[in-house]
Amino acid sequence: MDSVIAIEGLGIAFEQGGVRTEVLRGLDFKIAPGEFVAIVGPSGVGKSTLLRVLIGLATPSSGTVRLNPDVGADRAMALVFQDSRLLPWRRILSNVCFGLEKTHLSRAERRERAVSALAGVGLRDVAARFPHQLSGGQRQRVALARALAVRPAILLMDEPFSALDVQTRESLQDELIRVQRASGQTVLFVTHDIDEAVYLADRVVALGGRPGEVKISLKIDVPHPRRRDDLTLRDLAARIRTVLFAEVIVREDWVI
Amino acid sequence: MRGWMPYLLAAVGLSLFLGVWELVPRLGLLPPTLLPAPSQLPAAFLREAKSGIWGESVLFSLWHYAIGLAVGTGCGIVLGVATGMYRPFDWTLAWIVRVLRPIPGLAWVPFAILWFGIDQTAAVFIIAIGCFWIVFFAAQGAIRGVDRDLIEVAEAFGFGSGPEKLIKVLFPAALPGILIGIRTALGQAWMAVVASELFGVSGLGQRMQQASSLLATDIVVVYMLTMAALYGLVDTAFVFLQSRLLAWKA
Repeated sequence: MDSVIAIEGLGIAFEQGGVRTEVLRGLDFKIAPGEFVAIVGPSGVGKSTLLRVLIGLATPSSGTVRLNPDVGADRAMALVFQDSRLLPWRRILSNVCFGLEKTHLSRAERRERAVSALAGVGLRDVAARFPHQLSGGQRQRVALARALAVRPAILLMDEPFSALDVQTRESLQDELIRVQRASGQTVLFVTHDIDEAVYLADRVVALGGRPGEVKISLKIDVPHPRRRDDLTLRDLAARIRTVLFAEVIVREDWVI
Repeated sequence: MRGWMPYLLAAVGLSLFLGVWELVPRLGLLPPTLLPAPSQLPAAFLREAKSGIWGESVLFSLWHYAIGLAVGTGCGIVLGVATGMYRPFDWTLAWIVRVLRPIPGLAWVPFAILWFGIDQTAAVFIIAIGCFWIVFFAAQGAIRGVDRDLIEVAEAFGFGSGPEKLIKVLFPAALPGILIGIRTALGQAWMAVVASELFGVSGLGQRMQQASSLLATDIVVVYMLTMAALYGLVDTAFVFLQSRLLAWKA
């Protein structure tokens, strides 16, 4: 099995008021089992839109997304949003159960899975609380547990830590790496933070241009645990910046 | 200081109200037949209660109230949610709603009598109409106001069909708004109870009508206060239920 998912010639376009806007064009890439891929790029390049297409919230205008049928997962994908989007009327454990209610698991099995997913992000003791009683960082961990509980072939994450303060963000990044390495979960992680991308991922794909295309795809061959000030990571980040920054400067519609 | 102050001031306010009310007929500013003094009321209440009329009227009215409220609220929620979820359905009903909405419950009395006779069903019908519109618009607005982001969560986890979205996200998210509508309807329905019983169906309204035609104003006031007490009871119970249902709110 060489890849979990193969995206070929994927194009995304919107039509509004008779004007067609191409967001992404000719996107090709594969993700290997257990691989952690980060997608970076300036805002508006279509990173989030790509995730929305993969999860089924939007439809592509061209190309194919092929999921490897050999992957023994309960659900193809699960998405962690930028804001936690927990359901405020459900207690934490019930929120983690949410995606499992679409499966054929019994109530007891769902509960058991949710409890272990919650324990996996270190939040077993808040199971009976409501979302508003948790901090932003805790809520985002619950959102991660909710996505992991359905055991997706690919975990999609849409700038999941960008709304958090620096300390919380860094601790959640480390938590994510720990969980991902322990479970071998395949991850597709979207962020505009290049340092975050090289710190977390096995491979970074940088999107740029209008419509967005793959500008560079870099393997990050630095073993975990990584240091945030690792020189190799800095170099890799600098390379990505150069590619993306050059891109911004030549853009014709650049307005300050 | 804050602890007992609200209760003290509430007691003062109520005493002032009762005091002025007592003084007006006593000082001869108004004859007792036009405004019975509060001190006359216990005796009037006991007479009504002993004869059994009070209990019977209350039971009849409560019955009309409960069924009318349930029917009106139920229909209001179903149609409000459906028009809130499906635009084409809303467009279809838009002008039917505009035609029927401004017609007051009382205006339906002739038809209620023709369709159901002088019967409990007629009273229930009038009360249900009184509640329906309030709940209908509350439910429709609440469903439309549900955060799109939360609906996306349902879709992202595979709950793509209308009924799934309704059960998983739309209804629970809209519940606070729907409950506000129902609470408004709780009061509206008591007003409708009186109207619905004016034409001969047994209950508080009918008894008030009889008493006022005999100028037994003390009895009329007894039933006014009875209705206030029943409303107070129902509303308090509802607020309690509401706080339990919405315990998740910050």
